[in-house]
Amino acid sequence: MNRNPVSESRFARAALITIALLFLALFILLPLFAVFSEALKEGFDDFAEAVSTPDALAAIRLTLIVAAISVPLNMVFGVAASWAITKFDFRGKGFLITLIDLPFSVSPVVSGLIFVLLFGANGYLGPWLAEHDVRIIFAVPGIVLATVFITFPFVARELIPLMMEQGKEDEEAAISLGASGWQTFWHVTLPNIRWALLYGVLLCNARAMGEFGAVSVVSGHIRGITNTMPLHVEILYNEYDFVGAFAVASLLAGLALVTLVIKTVLEWRFNLHHAGARH
Amino acid sequence: MNFHKLIAAGLALAMVPALAACSGGNDAEAGTVITNVSYDPTRELYQAINPAFAADWKAKTGETVSFRMSHGGSGKQSRSVIDGLDADVVTLALAYDIDVIAERTKRLPAQWQAALPDNSSPYTSTIVFLVRKGNPKGIRDWADLLKPGIQVVTPNPKTSGGARWNFLAAWAYGKKAGGSDAAAEQYVRQLYAQVPVLDSGARGSTTTFAERGIGDVLIAWENEAFLAVNELGEGKFDIVVPSISVLAEPPVAVVTENAKKHGTEAVVQAYLEYLYTPEAQTAIARNYYRPRNPEVAAQFKDQFPELELVTIDSAFGGWTAAQKRFFDDGGVFDRISARK
Amino acid sequence: MTSPPVRPPRRRNVIPGFGLTFGISALWLSIIVLIPLATIFLRSAHMGLEQFIAVGLSPRALEAYRLSFGTAAAAGVVNAIFGVVVAWVLVRYDFIGKRLVGAIVDLPFALPTAVAGIALTAIYAPNGWIGQLFDPLGIRIAFTPIGITIALIFIGLPFVVRSVEPVLADLGRDVEEAAATLGASRWQTFSRVILPAIGPALLTGFALTFARGVGEYGSVIFIAGNIQGSTEIAPLLIVTQLEQYNYDGATAIAVVMLLVSFGVLLGINLSQVASRRRMGA
Repeated sequence: MNRNPVSESRFARAALITIALLFLALFILLPLFAVFSEALKEGFDDFAEAVSTPDALAAIRLTLIVAAISVPLNMVFGVAASWAITKFDFRGKGFLITLIDLPFSVSPVVSGLIFVLLFGANGYLGPWLAEHDVRIIFAVPGIVLATVFITFPFVARELIPLMMEQGKEDEEAAISLGASGWQTFWHVTLPNIRWALLYGVLLCNARAMGEFGAVSVVSGHIRGITNTMPLHVEILYNEYDFVGAFAVASLLAGLALVTLVIKTVLEWRFNLHHAGARH
Repeated sequence: MNFHKLIAAGLALAMVPALAACSGGNDAEAGTVITNVSYDPTRELYQAINPAFAADWKAKTGETVSFRMSHGGSGKQSRSVIDGLDADVVTLALAYDIDVIAERTKRLPAQWQAALPDNSSPYTSTIVFLVRKGNPKGIRDWADLLKPGIQVVTPNPKTSGGARWNFLAAWAYGKKAGGSDAAAEQYVRQLYAQVPVLDSGARGSTTTFAERGIGDVLIAWENEAFLAVNELGEGKFDIVVPSISVLAEPPVAVVTENAKKHGTEAVVQAYLEYLYTPEAQTAIARNYYRPRNPEVAAQFKDQFPELELVTIDSAFGGWTAAQKRFFDDGGVFDRISARK
Repeated sequence: MTSPPVRPPRRRNVIPGFGLTFGISALWLSIIVLIPLATIFLRSAHMGLEQFIAVGLSPRALEAYRLSFGTAAAAGVVNAIFGVVVAWVLVRYDFIGKRLVGAIVDLPFALPTAVAGIALTAIYAPNGWIGQLFDPLGIRIAFTPIGITIALIFIGLPFVVRSVEPVLADLGRDVEEAAATLGASRWQTFSRVILPAIGPALLTGFALTFARGVGEYGSVIFIAGNIQGSTEIAPLLIVTQLEQYNYDGATAIAVVMLLVSFGVLLGINLSQVASRRRMGA
């Protein structure tokens, strides 16, 4: 057997794989396993019962609505921002990227607080809203706003490095061949970034469904009306209904896992289909 | 291009839950809706009382009533009401949290506590100890908590309303035993030095003690201690009642302006008055709160041993003064917990 | 010699849509991020500099910052090291279950932070699966800074792996082959060729882990002991200010934390843009 100059010895390979898997097992699989084992501790029937109470169903519905509104908004923004940042040169680009990253670094407590300070009864816009009977905080719009804030960077963050790497030659070529801006985006850029985009959307969606801290501040915790799944988990946990809490939590984790696995499978099949057809 | 179909399919899929959700509506609500903003441990209580009141009200007036319940930390709930959460009634852990709502929003009168009997508190509770089965460390009273090696679990008074009751109960003992404020401060200083974890809420502390196995004694509300004994592991814990404690009076109030706006004044007034009826008082006692009604109290007297109870008003000059003196920035709690 | 220029002049950009995309970005950024965030600066400005310093830079707050920034940096370092190993293994090696491993890396983004906190506390408490192994040795994990760091490692892991992975995948093997034919050992190739190439991405991953860790509340609050001066995190101080109905004080602490995190992120992003420009991309 010939020793490959750009690969490691068998031993090093095995060691690295072992380290990586151990690390992931310890820090990610173990907590995940703890969630599922708590959820199923009393058997599957209790699990099924916990996730089908009216309050749980209302929470699931609200979580899906919030994700369905906030993810597309951030997707459009993410694509637009990455296009502006990677296809053009302008001053203050690093500053703009940092502003996009900003929601990552804001404490979830503060992310909720800012919307209370803005739209709450004593907030800057609160009195005007109250006069016109518009409800933002302690209702669905507030929850959506907080979620959009929290998940704001995900799509853009995923796209910017990739589009920077890809440069703009493809687009320039398409334009010089007479394609319009939209055609270029649709037929040249989009196929190039599709997996990163899908990926960003999935992450954004997972985070949107899982956000707890910020939403907790703006929700008002009204059962069956403004409780999202993570808030419902907290309530059940506080009621010492540990099985119920972990059942709803494992539903969230399961949802995320399923989307991620589907994405992996799609990606794999798509690549098989188009192998060789692309440059 | 396959990919475009993929995107279209993805978008269509994303819309499904939204549409399903919109058409779902909320059939649980009919007739008059009462929003009750409460604190964490009262869920079981109001789950028992709300349907009973709804039936009673329907029989009396023919009107259908339904409820929106919101539970959370007492302070946080109070802030939500201040910031615009549309509560018809607030049922919180301590009078201070309602005082602040009255002061900041003027949506209920400053004298709200005189509106209903017994300081507007339909039930009381007190602070007791929860110890491990058989009381292996021999904890009988507050003095035993300072024995070397004893670990005490209690939540953080800076973030939890329940924790403030605990602190004041300890203070009341320290003052009685030592005879001065200085002695009381010394007592709580030593006590809190033996706390390994200050959870942010009362239920967090119970979990830390019961599920995580931390500490030898949990300082808790009496109702919470009963709940832990009965729900978190029968035969795993014992309740120890100390010689002296505080009289906890969780108050209820109508947020008058909100009720006016919703046109629910009459029904919410009746709702809060209903809490004082023998039926509601029995539900209260069954949920381990001490009932006000003497007959009901007599019926449950084995459940609630007598002990010396000080009130916040008489011992500490009311909640506003106590909050400022003990728990605000630079107050006694900050002083005793600062590292030397 | 009158041949027309082969390429358009470098200066003129033929790609359209700058106005539209930049406009959408700026508008959305302002509505969702900038205007709401401005409120915390406005509110903290209410209180005057002296009060701001008294709350935002009190000794207690400084200790909490030290804990939050310290544990976040420690988590960032651990993730930087192991994140590269995980990314490397995922990109370069084939093994059974690789796709599944790739998928679970993102789990920390999806699991509600409070759930993660509860699960981690249950595992690392003295009577938990792992905690009980360490308890006899006198090592406490939950309710100490170690526990906080573990929670932050969990929260931040995807940032490093996902930043490094695409760059590693993109990195041509030809450079490594060149290095090898020039006689470099595998380790030399890694440290001199690969590491510099993934450096910027790694730094970004570190910075994001750090920034996210500093503000994290939901997962940390369960596993931190909340004892002043030893396990009291900065976001808890914000909550205690709110409990006193002191919104100004809460925003003062928020502003201090935000400025530090923003500074770290800005420094790293600027150095990235600059290095890209240097490389002439």
